[in-house]
Amino acid sequence: MINNLIVSGSPHIHKPESVARIMWTVVISLIPALIAGVIIFGANALWVTLAAVTAAVLTELILGLCTRKKVTVFDGTAVITGILLAFNLPSEVPLWLPIVGAVFSIAIGKAVFGGLGQNIFNPALVGRVFLMASWPKYMTTFTLPFNLDAVTSATPLAALKEGKVLEHISYLDLFLGKHGGCLGEVCILALLLGAALLFIKRYISWHIPFTYILTTGVFVYIFGGDKLFSGDWLFHILSGGLILGAFFMATDYVATPLTARGQLIFGVGCGLLTAVIRLWGGYPEGVSYAILMMNATTPFIDRYTKVRIYGTR
Amino acid sequence: MVRLAENKHHSENKPAQRLPSPFKAYIPLIQHLGKLCNPEVRVGDLVRRGQRIGNIAAHVSAPVHASISGKVMAITDWPHPVLGRAKTIIVEGDGQDNPVEFRQRSQPEVDKLTAQDLRGIVLDAGIVGMGGASFPTHVKLNPAKPVDTLILNGAECEPYLTADACLMAEKTAQICASAALIARCLEIKNIYIGIEKNKPEAIKAFSNQPGIKVKILPADYPQGGEKQLIKNILGKEIPRGKLPFDIGVLVQNVATVNAIYETVYLGKPLIERIVTVAGSCLENPANLLVRVGTPIKELIEFCGPLKEPPAKIIMGGPMMGIAQYTDEVPVIKSSSGLLLLNKKEAKCLNEDPCIRCAACVRGCPVGLMPCQINLASEKLLWNLTKEYGASDCIECGICNYVCPSNRRLLQTIKRAKLEVVK
Repeated sequence: MINNLIVSGSPHIHKPESVARIMWTVVISLIPALIAGVIIFGANALWVTLAAVTAAVLTELILGLCTRKKVTVFDGTAVITGILLAFNLPSEVPLWLPIVGAVFSIAIGKAVFGGLGQNIFNPALVGRVFLMASWPKYMTTFTLPFNLDAVTSATPLAALKEGKVLEHISYLDLFLGKHGGCLGEVCILALLLGAALLFIKRYISWHIPFTYILTTGVFVYIFGGDKLFSGDWLFHILSGGLILGAFFMATDYVATPLTARGQLIFGVGCGLLTAVIRLWGGYPEGVSYAILMMNATTPFIDRYTKVRIYGTR
Repeated sequence: MVRLAENKHHSENKPAQRLPSPFKAYIPLIQHLGKLCNPEVRVGDLVRRGQRIGNIAAHVSAPVHASISGKVMAITDWPHPVLGRAKTIIVEGDGQDNPVEFRQRSQPEVDKLTAQDLRGIVLDAGIVGMGGASFPTHVKLNPAKPVDTLILNGAECEPYLTADACLMAEKTAQICASAALIARCLEIKNIYIGIEKNKPEAIKAFSNQPGIKVKILPADYPQGGEKQLIKNILGKEIPRGKLPFDIGVLVQNVATVNAIYETVYLGKPLIERIVTVAGSCLENPANLLVRVGTPIKELIEFCGPLKEPPAKIIMGGPMMGIAQYTDEVPVIKSSSGLLLLNKKEAKCLNEDPCIRCAACVRGCPVGLMPCQINLASEKLLWNLTKEYGASDCIECGICNYVCPSNRRLLQTIKRAKLEVVK
């Protein structure tokens, strides 16, 4: 007779998949952009990222221990939050800035809502707008690429906002990241490489990123020029944090809609808000706020975009 | 719909081997959906193979028959593969295997049968749906509305299982004759057989049969679910809350159809079936022709020796099958497979919070949002689970299977289904 049989409900097999596997893959997908950031802005980019990641992981660990919850540091989500926050900072910020931001991201952006899976806003963006509101000077002082003397420069979007004439920044330079900006957002090529990995692994779908980028592009093309239908849509797609935001932050599972239809609405919403802020708002850049505002609408979108159940109309 | 690792090669294309009849047969008085049978024998009675020993106590029920000849030892509670424990007639074999006289019918006799005759014969034989649901077939053959389409379910979408594939390749003619009989009696015009494309032998066997249209289905789980099968073959859906006959369709599992043949033509009641015995613990996975009532330990012994002790024994497939607590349970009419999983495969995974990745939403074959029902169910918000359509769940288990957080989605949805009915 066979003894000690395990009895459990069906199903009895499981797909070889886990939260940790997904999250660490996302971490890997961000590495090309980090390498690009270090090449373009120097070792500071690395130190800022490491500071943010360490602070995020330690905050997660300490809060987990204090609240006697299951320790979730090893699932990689805190690492992602740290990296994404750092990617949204200039490379020349003092090192306490990413640390403060990361602590805020994890503690206020995630833990107070109940930890993994509960946050209604993207934690990294919560940290970023907190830093933006508290230390705007640090947050908007950018350095020229490949310039170790840290000469400050404006981002292309900021220059545009101030009405300055853009000096010889080609689309190729924008694509490769040879311009001022946050350390992880400038190199579109590296970001797309990482995004490709997530697509291949089917961890993200096209619904949000493509509608987001398309909507921003179309809106800017229509309204962004001197007259209608003359906006420089390609410039807007390639500059600022749009690519980083569309592929890595607007696709955050937790704070985005569940269904394909909901995700399309979410993407369009992000695209519209980004374009509106960039063209007519007070900030040169609108990606962070656009995503955060759409995060807030997610429960509402979810409620009205249920899937059609078999046998119903 | 989701593509699963098939794991069918262990027993694929192996002809069914006959398992020696058991020394003792354990015949549960309930092997179907519906009411328990009344025993018709007493302890000490002698019974023959094929003799009815439990009769129906309600319309939705099916009689049970002795699968070996011998003496009734006891009528008692015994481990049951689906219900945990159930009233069971234990027959000790005399080694003779003496059958009752089987009433065989010639083709002209069969041609004279009416729908009413067919239902009577099927009822007397104790035939139930052999694909797993075990709904009494005589009830299903009496649809409340006229049907014009018969679909033979040969999808067999569960991993590991090859019993139906084996049957389809070996008993093609019987299945076709039986399908034609059902179609004639119920005035059905179209007969389809749905077979997943991973069963080329079965597809070949049926492709030249007159009167039957073969539909080759993608090898996605749960292709064999009634709703999915109808949608894939006919391109229409059963409206919510309705049954297949509401859209003029009758679905029968191929094994059930074969059992109808053996009853009508050969006079045999449903006392044996093909069971796939598989799993990483076994040296010799096989398709076995097994008497109903045979304890599963005899199947395991026959397919042994064991490579390692099983940590989990499943009756049925790995997606919808039922984990057994003992190897004393008998094979019943609906037992399509027996799986022995090792310690590693049976490991219970820890549950993490839902990260809203929506894998379950994309995977659900009936369009539910399992993660939402799960959260509502955990908070005991039954009205909300109803709003999310919990009662439409077909319990295929895909949501659990794909969930990266290993959440017990199906269990909580099943709970919600029960609460919604209340």
